[in-house]
Formats: sequence, C-alpha cells, structure tokens
Amino acid sequence: MSAMSNSNFSRRSIFRAAAGMAAAGTLAACGSNNGRGGGSGSGKQLVQYFHAYGEAGVEQAVKRYAKAYTKANVSTQWITGSNFENKLFPALLTKQAPDVFEFHPQIQLIKSGQVADLTDIIDPVKDDFNPADIKSHTVDGKIYGIRMIDDPQFFFYRKSMLEKANVPVPTTLDELIEAAAKLTTSKVKGLFLGNDLTPIQSNLIWSAGADTLNEKNEIAYHTDAVVAGLKQLRSLFTSGNLLLDAPADWWDPSALDQGLCAIQWGGLWGMPTMQKALGDDLGIFPFPKVGSNGKPSVTNGGWSMFVNAKGDNVEAAKEYVKWLWIDQKQYQEDFATSYGFHIPPRTSIAQQATKLKSGLPAEGVKLSNNYGHFDNIGWTQAMITALNDVIANCVRKNQSPEAALDACDKKVNRELKKLFG
Amino acid sequence: MSTTTTRGIARPAPAKGSQARPRRGLRGNPTFNFWLFTGPFLIGLVIFVFVPIGWSIWLSFFDARFTVTPSNFIGFDNYKTVLTDPNFTGSLVTFTVFAAFIVPTTWALSLSLALLVHRLRFMRAFFRSVFFLPTACSYVAASLIWKMSLFNGVRFGLANTVIGWFGADQVAWLANPSPPWYWLVIVTLRLWLQAGFYMILFLAALQNIPSELYEAASIDGAKPGWQTFRYITLPQLRATSTAVILLLLVAAYQAFDEFFNLMGKATWGQPPLVILYKTAIGVNQDYGQGSAGAVILTLLICVVTLFQGKIMGFGRGEESK
Repeated sequence: MSAMSNSNFSRRSIFRAAAGMAAAGTLAACGSNNGRGGGSGSGKQLVQYFHAYGEAGVEQAVKRYAKAYTKANVSTQWITGSNFENKLFPALLTKQAPDVFEFHPQIQLIKSGQVADLTDIIDPVKDDFNPADIKSHTVDGKIYGIRMIDDPQFFFYRKSMLEKANVPVPTTLDELIEAAAKLTTSKVKGLFLGNDLTPIQSNLIWSAGADTLNEKNEIAYHTDAVVAGLKQLRSLFTSGNLLLDAPADWWDPSALDQGLCAIQWGGLWGMPTMQKALGDDLGIFPFPKVGSNGKPSVTNGGWSMFVNAKGDNVEAAKEYVKWLWIDQKQYQEDFATSYGFHIPPRTSIAQQATKLKSGLPAEGVKLSNNYGHFDNIGWTQAMITALNDVIANCVRKNQSPEAALDACDKKVNRELKKLFG
Repeated sequence: MSTTTTRGIARPAPAKGSQARPRRGLRGNPTFNFWLFTGPFLIGLVIFVFVPIGWSIWLSFFDARFTVTPSNFIGFDNYKTVLTDPNFTGSLVTFTVFAAFIVPTTWALSLSLALLVHRLRFMRAFFRSVFFLPTACSYVAASLIWKMSLFNGVRFGLANTVIGWFGADQVAWLANPSPPWYWLVIVTLRLWLQAGFYMILFLAALQNIPSELYEAASIDGAKPGWQTFRYITLPQLRATSTAVILLLLVAAYQAFDEFFNLMGKATWGQPPLVILYKTAIGVNQDYGQGSAGAVILTLLICVVTLFQGKIMGFGRGEESK
C-alpha cells in the first residue's frame, strides 16, 4: 500500500516538477525578452527602437551601423505592425524603455520630460540642417531631436493610364475626383488614398488654405473651405472610384505596381520600387488645391532620433546618437538613399546625394521644397487621432462635417489646454 | 499506516526508509497548511488584481497623462469626459450588438456541428479534430487572413471573387460602414475560431444522454428527428447550454484582438476594451481617463452579472431550477 502510494507520489512529483519547470521556463523567457541582448559586448548596453521600414535592407543597415559603434553595445528592436506609437509610448513608462528611439517631434514628449535636450550636440552643426527641421524640433530655444530623414508624400500616377483615359494631371480636388471617375474600369480603381483615407487628412486642410494650428497654437483647421473639402471627399468615397481595403496600405507601392489603381498617395521612399516595376510609366503631383483660395500641398513627414530622458544611460545614449546621426555622414547618406528614397535633412549630405539630383526623384525633392509642410511640434498624436475620427465619421460615415469638426475641436482644445494652458 | 510518530528533533535523520513515511509536515498544522497552499495564489491575486484595481480607481481621479504616478487631482472630470465621449458610449452599443449576433449564432452552429459529428458512424475522430482545430489559431493571425485575403476589397479577394460570379460589384468589406459588412467579417471570423470548442462541449453532453431516454420516447411514439430533439435532447442539454451561453457572453465581453486588427482607425465597431486601450495604453496615454472608463465598465459588468444570475439562477444550486 505504502509502496504503491510512494510510487504514485514520485510519479506525481515528476509531473509537478516538469510542469513547474515549464512554467518557470515561460516566465524566464518573458523576463529575458527585454531587448537588451545577450550582454556579450563590453561597456554600456543601449536599446534603440525603430519602426519597421518596408524597404529591403533597412533593418540590416540599422543593425550594421549599431554594430560599428564601439563605445556601447547597441541592440535594435525592430517594431513591426502599423502602430509603432502604441508600442513606443507605453514602453517609455517602464524600465524596459528604449534608450534611443525614432519618432516624430511632438511636444507632449517634451512636456512630460520623456525626451532629453540635445541642443549641445546639434548646435555645432545646426546651420547644416534644413532650418524647417530645426524649427520643428525646437521648444523654448532647446532642440530635442535630430532629424534623420525627410519623407515628402504626394501622389504617384501611371502616365499611360491617364493618357489612355485622356485625363490631365489634376490641379484641383474637383479635377482629382473627376479623374478618379474617368480612370476607374472594371479592373482598376481610379484613386488610392490609403485604406482609411487618413494619410491625406492634413493635406486636405493645407490645400484648402488652412492649417492644423496657427502660430499661437489655436485651432486653424475649422474653416468653410475645409468643410467643403470634407464634403467633396465624402462624394469621392461613395463614388466607388476609390480603392479600399487593399491588401497593402498606402505606404507600400504595391497598389500602383500591381495595377490596382491609377493614382496612389505615397511617399518618396517607395519611388525606387515603383520605378523598378513601372519604368518611365510613373509621374508625381502634389495634393491639388481645395476650393478657389487653396494651394497644392505636400506632407513633409520624416523620422527623428530622440533620447529617452528617463533612461539609465542618457549620456551614453546621447553620445551614440551624436556619433551616428551627427558624425557618421556616410551612414546618414546610406540610410537616406540606398534603400527607399528620403531627403537628407543636412544640406551637406543632400548636395552629395546624386540619386536625388535627376529625373523623378529630383521632381519629388522640388515638390517638397515648393509645397512641403513640415511637422508642427504642437500638433500631437492625440490631435492627429481626433482628426482621424473626423475622416472616419464624416467621410467614411455620413456624419455632417460641421458636427465632426466640432467634436474634434473639443478634443483638440482639451489637449491644447493641457499643453499650453 | 506509519510507526514513526515520535521522532525526536535531535535524532539524526535515518539514512534510508524515508520513502515509506508519509509526508508529516502537511498534516501538522492546518493553519500553516492553509496559508502554504493559498498563500502564493493570494499574493499573486493581491499584486496582480487588487493592487491594480485600487490603483486604477485612484488614477481615475487624477490628470494622469504619460504617467501612472500623477499628482494633479481633478475629481470627477475624467468620468465626465468619458461619459460624454460618443466613442465610449457608442462602444457599449457596439458590444451589445456584437453579443446579440455572436452568442446565438455560435450556440446554434456549435450545437448543429455536435449533432452532425455525434451521428457519424465513421471518421468521427477525424471530423471532431477538423472542427476543433481552428480553436488553436490565434485571433491576430486569423484577423490578418480575413482582412488581407478573404475579405480584402480588391477584385481578387476571395469574398469578392465569389460575389463576382453572381455579377455583383466588388465590396469594401471593412472600410465602408454602410452597409455594415464589417459585421459579417467579424462574426464569421469568431464563428470559425470558436464553434469547434463549444462543439466539443456539446458533444460531451450529447454522449452523456442515456440512450434509454430515446428508447422510451420511441416506445411512447415520439418520432425521431425534430420531436425527439425538441423534447429529449434539448432539455437534456440545458446545463451545458447555460454554461456555453455564459462562456460565450464572457468571451464576447473580452473581444479585442479581431476588432483591433480589423477595424483600424474606424470610429464604429469598437468594443469597450478597444476604446479603453486606445485611451489609456494607445496614443493618448491618458491613464486617468482610461481608468475612469474601466471603473464604469466594471460597475456595468457587476450590474449585468447580478441581473443575469437572477434570471438564469446561476449558483443557486440544481434543486431550485
């Protein structure tokens, strides 16, 4: 009897031990998966966050630069998925926060003390940077981030398709809507503005002669021209001439490359892939003017490097950022022009970037210079999200633009009050 | 059983024989044993459940942006903002609609699958596994398949190909909310993932119905088919059905993954958890407002659970039903 229960006991204990080890193993796996790498190298450990660039080779390049740095062991977290900020923002509140990360300049990061002042490392080369890129990273005279790349966004179109349908390049939103109708066939949709239409939300405002915020950080988007533009956009959405629910969204050149649409909103980064797929059958134009008083616009997006001010290694992180994004010009040029195309924010590098000097890339740079709108540091993610809701509610759903903008005003004002008092 | 009840402390441990001895310590002190067994669980419960709940209630009265240790007390301001936010109130409606769709359809589908598989004479194990397998798939992976290949908006998406055979135009299943085709995508996805699991529960219950009941019924003149199903099978499945419906409701309340992955930047089709995620953890980083929403949601769940307990008599014991 007792011998039996004993053998039961030991068998059970083996199971229990096995289960315990499995559980412990799982927990341990969780614990060690903090992106800090194996800790094999010498010196400080740094973690950097990058969103997943779509072009082949960028991830390897970023890791290659990091490996070349000798003063610290830099490990890279390559964040896939379409919501980089959803991963970055919560991480910044924890101990596993990255020491260095890329993002767009947004004032709440500065007001909440999450990003370090980088003035001392940028100041010596300040004049080499595009003044707009310095301005968009400056709050009260201090510079908080280093621009790595400028990413103009505009329309790409298939020249052959427009010629065949006898459609001129649109210069107004009305013409764009008309072009979309003429270009739509049973197989090809006329126009692709992204699956949820939010990529062009700021352009709609700029092209209507308004702005997101004015100089005094007050709402400037709520104008009659914008309301009219939203109504036009609604008619475009319901016309059936827009490509929607495409397997790859607007930042990927696939929709145009695969002949799903004739005109696509996209970024300069996708141009090399498009040129490879389509050859000379490719043209670009800015977001056309909205209403009679409008003017064309181009989004000058981009990515900047920030240092986590609450991290354990602020000084080491600043040193690394200075090394890579100030000193190592050949890496900066490689990053901007070897994979997707980006405009280098530093004049000295932009002048050397031969790939952007001729043909369509040069045209893209010109559009960026002539019509580009840079990031406004006061226009934060919460405000962008509020405007996303406007597009969802009154363009994709049938709410009145006035009501949607009023709801947006309420949210934006709440943000502005918190940020600027 | 044992003879070593009076072992002295100073006595050296015997080199062998310990195998035959039952483990004494576990019988010694009931209080100690109680804490020994419940302690680790309780500590976990306090650290991972009670502290966060308390913290969340505390946060809901503060202006907690980009921090979980705020200092600016703002009273009921967060509650006011949440309750007047159409996105949050709309999410409660969304959830109700979703539950109204998914609970009956999953119940019916898994029951019919169970009936089919139950009547199979051969390859039963095969079909049981085939229907159960989707349960092992993650919601995120399934959402991506549904979004990018089955229900994408281009002409060669599976759903558009099928309706194309009947001459219909291609449909933007997710981007366009009118008509609300997105419900079709969400409901079919969840059906595919869930039905197999509940089928297994029904199958187990079906196999537990004594065959004498069917024999007796057929002697009494009940026709096989609908009559037997209505008056024998269904009543016998009552306990399982109640459990399945409760589990389905709980699962519907927890729905997050497929909505988050399928609906993107929409303002419709957002259940409460997605809204709270976007408010607190997502781009807004407003932990105060998110916590206020969570507290409101918790209160609602409490009320609904109490109400449901009253109707379904859950936890009242078998005899009172």
